[in-house]
Amino acid sequence: MLILKQSLFEQIQAHGARDYPNECCGALLGQDGGTDRTVLGLVPLANQRDDSPSNRFEITSEDVRLAEKTASDKGWELIGWYHSHPDSPARPSDFDREHAWPWYSYIIFRVEKAEPREMRSWRLNDDRTSYAEEGIEYIAGAPA
Amino acid sequence: MAVKVMIPTPLRQFAGKQESVNLEAGTVGDALNALTSQFGDLKKHLYSDDGRLRSFVNVYVNDEDIRYLQREKTAVQQGDTISIVPSIAGGAKA
Repeated sequence: MLILKQSLFEQIQAHGARDYPNECCGALLGQDGGTDRTVLGLVPLANQRDDSPSNRFEITSEDVRLAEKTASDKGWELIGWYHSHPDSPARPSDFDREHAWPWYSYIIFRVEKAEPREMRSWRLNDDRTSYAEEGIEYIAGAPA
Repeated sequence: MAVKVMIPTPLRQFAGKQESVNLEAGTVGDALNALTSQFGDLKKHLYSDDGRLRSFVNVYVNDEDIRYLQREKTAVQQGDTISIVPSIAGGAKA
C-alpha cells in the first residue's frame, strides 16, 4: 500500500494539469516500511523529452541524484516516481515497463483535457514482464 | 584493482541486501561482469537481452559519467567507487 497525503495528491494533480498536454514527472520521497510505504514529499522535475513530451517523459540521472540527495538530507528515501498520461489510461505502457526497475513505486495518472482524473500506483515485478498494482491510501494532512 | 560498486536501493534485494560490493576489476565492464556473475538476478535489470547496458542505466566512476570516458572500457584505479544511477523514462502509448 502506498500512503499519500491529500495535499501531496493535489500537488501531483496540479502538476499534471499545468503541464498538459505534455507529460509531467517528479520524484516521490518518503519512508519504506516494507509492505506499506509513505510519501512524505515530492520533487517536481522537468520532463527532458523535448521531441515528444506529450507521450514520453525522461528524468536525467543528474536529477535522480538530486532527488536522492534531497531525500537523504531529510532522512527519507527516494521511493518512486510519478508521471501523467495525457488523455491516456493510468496504467503502464510497454515503454514504461522497458524503462522501470522493481521496488520503486510508479504513480501514473490520467489527465483528460487538462483535468486530472484517476491516479494509480504500480510496481514492476522482479521478472520484468508485468506490473502489480499497488493500492493508494489517501490520508489527510499537509506535507512534512 | 579493488573497487567498490554502490548498489542502488531498488536493486539491493538482488545483491544480498548490500549497499555496496567490493570487487577486483580493471575496467568498469569487468566490475559489472563480476557483479552480475556474483549476483545473477541483477543482470536483467542492468542489461537488455542483447547484452548491452539498458539505455536508462548510467554508470559513474567516482563522480564522472562513463559516457564521457571510455564507457565500459573505462579503466578503474585502486579505491575507485562505481555508482549505478538510473535515468527515469516512460510515457503513454504512441
